[in-house]
Amino acid sequence: MENVIIIVLMLMMGAVGLAIARIRDLFAVSMLSGIFSLIGAAAYVVLDAVDVAFTEAAVGAGISTVLMLGTLALTTRKEKLGGGKSKSTTAFLVVAVTGAVLVYGTFDMPRYGDKIAAIHHHVVPRYIEKSGEEVGMPNIVTSVLASYRGYDTLGEVFVIFTAATGVLAILGRARRRREDEEADEGGSDTKGAAS
Amino acid sequence: MHRKVVLRVVSKFLIPPILLFALYVQFHGDFGPGGGFQAGVIFGSGFILYAILFGVETVKRVLPPWSTRLLLVVGVLTYGLTGVAGLILGGNYLDYNVLAHDPLHGQHYGILIVELGVGITVAASMITIFNVFAGQSGGD
Repeated sequence: MENVIIIVLMLMMGAVGLAIARIRDLFAVSMLSGIFSLIGAAAYVVLDAVDVAFTEAAVGAGISTVLMLGTLALTTRKEKLGGGKSKSTTAFLVVAVTGAVLVYGTFDMPRYGDKIAAIHHHVVPRYIEKSGEEVGMPNIVTSVLASYRGYDTLGEVFVIFTAATGVLAILGRARRRREDEEADEGGSDTKGAAS
Repeated sequence: MHRKVVLRVVSKFLIPPILLFALYVQFHGDFGPGGGFQAGVIFGSGFILYAILFGVETVKRVLPPWSTRLLLVVGVLTYGLTGVAGLILGGNYLDYNVLAHDPLHGQHYGILIVELGVGITVAASMITIFNVFAGQSGGD
């Protein structure tokens, strides 16, 4: 039953992907990419990765769609048509060959849920057996993310922090200037916190 | 945007549960699925939904730009300084065992604080990024 659901979801994702590739209206494309993420979130639920599904639904379907629409409001909603037929055939060939190589690569991978797969034998048995005594969290995912692999998560937090500061550095300036012109209390506070 | 009555009413009903669910995901992450990242994203999307419907300026009255920028740093520092606290108390960096007399309690506090730092950073960065994007076109 799970396999059927996964196959149906994958077919839907494929259809949405094809539609994204064909449609030139960027508003429709951003909405479709949100739908793509939502179907992906449903697939994660089927794979028992509920926390990943949360993130995918909130970031992929929600916030990034909103940000895409914000970008469209700043730029334009029509895709610029460029390149002739030869360019698109080359691109199609490159994508097809790369995809075929990737599919060929998956033949050597262990099957989904295979218990003799390598990833289930390195540190995973230790986490499952010992995390109750060592960390004491009922949720092993949390104890792995926050305790055993605390450095990893710290790095991820820095990535998000860097993303936000990067956006502020590129786009935040125009807004700050306008706030300075308004010269209200909030504006001066903003300058103090940002500089 | 002023005539979208259905959207405004429904979102006013939905935003409090969204924020509450974010807090649940944050503090129940030890037991159920979720944690700082998920909670931060859900919390941030609640504010973003409000900003879409009622305008960025309305949200800025609650959360001025300097406050989200400050929270961004506060979150990262919460995480990093928890590690430093472990160093000061005689353990390794990000070793929570030394944070309390009982190692298990130490782990519990450590994970709680660290996840809070993650949640604050993620929520603040989502709101900051949205504000900056929306502020480009807003106001004119």
